[in-house]
Amino acid sequence: MLNEVIENTKLSDIVVRMVIEAPDIADTRKAGQFVVLMIDEKGERIPLTIVDSDAAKGTLAIIYQVVGKTTAQLAEMRAGDRLFSVLGPLGRPTEIENFGTVVSVGGGVGIGVAYPITKALKEAGNKVISIIGARTKNILILEEELKAISDKLLISTDDGSYGHHGFVSDILQNLITSGEKIDRVYAIGPVPMMRVVCEVTRPHKIPTVVSLNPIMVDATGMCGACRVAVGGKTQFACVDGPEFDGHEVDFALLATRLRMYCDQEKQATESTRCTCHER
Amino acid sequence: MSDNPTKKKEKIPRQPMAEQEPQVRRHNFDEVPFGYSDEVALLEAQRCLQCKKPPCMAGCPVEIDIPGFIKLVAEGDFIGGARKIKETNTLPAICGRVCPQETQCEVVCVLAKKGDPVAIGRLERFVADYERKSGDIQIPKKASSSGKRAAVVGSGPAGLTIAGDLVKMGHAVTIFEGLHKPGGVLIYGIPEFRLPKAIVDAEVDYLKKLGAEIRPNVVIGRGKTVDDLLAEGYDAVFLGVGAGAPVFMNIPGENLSGIYSANEYLTRSNLMKAYRFPDYDTPIALGKNVAVLGGGNVAMDSVRTALRLGADNAYIVYRRSKTELPARIEEIHHAEEEGVQFKFLTNPVEFIGGEKGWVTGMKCIQMELGEPDDSGRRRPIPIKGSEFVIDVDMVVVAIGTQANPVVPATTPGLETNRWGYIVADPQTGATSRKGVYAGGDIVRGSATVIEAMGDAKRAARAINEYLKTL
Repeated sequence: MLNEVIENTKLSDIVVRMVIEAPDIADTRKAGQFVVLMIDEKGERIPLTIVDSDAAKGTLAIIYQVVGKTTAQLAEMRAGDRLFSVLGPLGRPTEIENFGTVVSVGGGVGIGVAYPITKALKEAGNKVISIIGARTKNILILEEELKAISDKLLISTDDGSYGHHGFVSDILQNLITSGEKIDRVYAIGPVPMMRVVCEVTRPHKIPTVVSLNPIMVDATGMCGACRVAVGGKTQFACVDGPEFDGHEVDFALLATRLRMYCDQEKQATESTRCTCHER
Repeated sequence: MSDNPTKKKEKIPRQPMAEQEPQVRRHNFDEVPFGYSDEVALLEAQRCLQCKKPPCMAGCPVEIDIPGFIKLVAEGDFIGGARKIKETNTLPAICGRVCPQETQCEVVCVLAKKGDPVAIGRLERFVADYERKSGDIQIPKKASSSGKRAAVVGSGPAGLTIAGDLVKMGHAVTIFEGLHKPGGVLIYGIPEFRLPKAIVDAEVDYLKKLGAEIRPNVVIGRGKTVDDLLAEGYDAVFLGVGAGAPVFMNIPGENLSGIYSANEYLTRSNLMKAYRFPDYDTPIALGKNVAVLGGGNVAMDSVRTALRLGADNAYIVYRRSKTELPARIEEIHHAEEEGVQFKFLTNPVEFIGGEKGWVTGMKCIQMELGEPDDSGRRRPIPIKGSEFVIDVDMVVVAIGTQANPVVPATTPGLETNRWGYIVADPQTGATSRKGVYAGGDIVRGSATVIEAMGDAKRAARAINEYLKTL
């Protein structure tokens, strides 16, 4: 059945991996692309990166963090349930070539987004160093999966419960200081993390690609909800991205625009704590 | 009293259409006019002179037999009237509501020379509604199956029209729609208070009953391309993808929170039903002081939506004067009645942001009209030193749209012009690619619903001829 949920597995308390039947998308999707899904007719359209796909089975996998009403509802779904709609693949695929040595930095649920890009980079012959981090050990995802496709895997947690005590950007800084020759960096995660990683690589002029996650509606270039400023120019993340040159991105604007519906999100989740700043 | 029937007809005044009071309707999303009653429709239909050479028909882009259908209304055969229209126009309930009759069929009505024209649009709407409410919808005879398949990309006015025509001609038709709900601009763009979505849904259902297949959630050009469709065995492709990309002012501060493109604002409200948040999940900003930039129908739709969502002050900010407003007169009139404030000869130069990056003001400059420009309208010129600030907490930019490059960029050999619109033969819709046709906004740039439908009708005939040669 179209858009059937095949599995919906918790990777941690707040992060879930869902496998969906979507043969056309599984057939054509490339690393870095995303889907927009709706749970029901009254639902929001939410963009989620395609983490993996199986063309033979006609399925694709997404990973999401429970941050609001829609993702909470998504987490409640069981195998056999159907999503109202799944649209994709959307966005420009990642430019994949053999750059030499690449570092893939993933933070929080962004590790899920980093995974398909890292995998494609490895398959293209790059030496891949992965750095992943989370607030604390029990919400760290995809450690084994990334270990399998990386030449080296480094880990940090904000609270020191696992790996380096601190941030992924610290590890990257150490790597650069240690003299590791890095040809390209991919940074995907919360806005503050991507901003700091870009500041670490900027003085060393290491090309740094970020994958942006602004609010979207149609996600086909029609509405401009997802506009971001890159090099002083307005771009639509849905059709011009989602990946951009991190050294040119206005992260402050991205963070501000992500908070645009803070009040409504609180109302929708009937919670007193808004989590939209954690994106 | 004269026995001359023409004189008698001239004595019946043009019948008004009852509508919600402005102070009531500015707080709801229900349709503004109520439509004609049977009695009023009969009276209005009697005004038609049944001209031998009816100028109204020449004014209609889809060549509706206007005197023919009005004659049936005058005789009380309302369903007959609806069917007469449907011989050439598949979407009368929609056209009766959103067509600019005042610049098409009604402007050339003979009665308009001395007084008010026949209310053709209101009568069209009346018969279409009558037929729909009666449930007596006839599925017309289809030609025998040709064995040929056509793909229609986009389910807006052009796509729905050509799909209906091609199915009736005996071809198998699949419509590909990018969004989750078919209807294109009729669904995401035009608000409920001007075009109830149940009417669009009914038209789409009718098309399905005719035998057209509709596949939502497929963006041609991402994943599947036009060439993939041809390779999959579609014998012809029609591109009715609209001019969906928004245009912004390109002035400082435009990415502040609270500043929307009209496409986004209307899509949130109409397609996603954000006006019913939190029953529906998609949020929308509820501005108290809202400026809508632009003077077209989309600007009027946006500003009237903002009023209904609780704005205390809703402004149309337009750089020319009232005379140049491109919106339909009826829409401007409705907006005025509802309390929209018009700021003419005013052009924004900068958006000002406050706490949390939210828009708080808009710096504008006063304009004056100079010599006519290329469009024939007097060119607005800024008056030096006339800058002033309007307090706003929400802005909708409704200054037009441009071609969405997704289809042209992924279809090799498809010729476009310097603005990115697809080059198509005005008579047939044929593009530079064999078997690929196009119409509506993606060809014209900015067209009306009925113009897009006219393109679709011509393209349907051309595709029909083309398919016979295969």
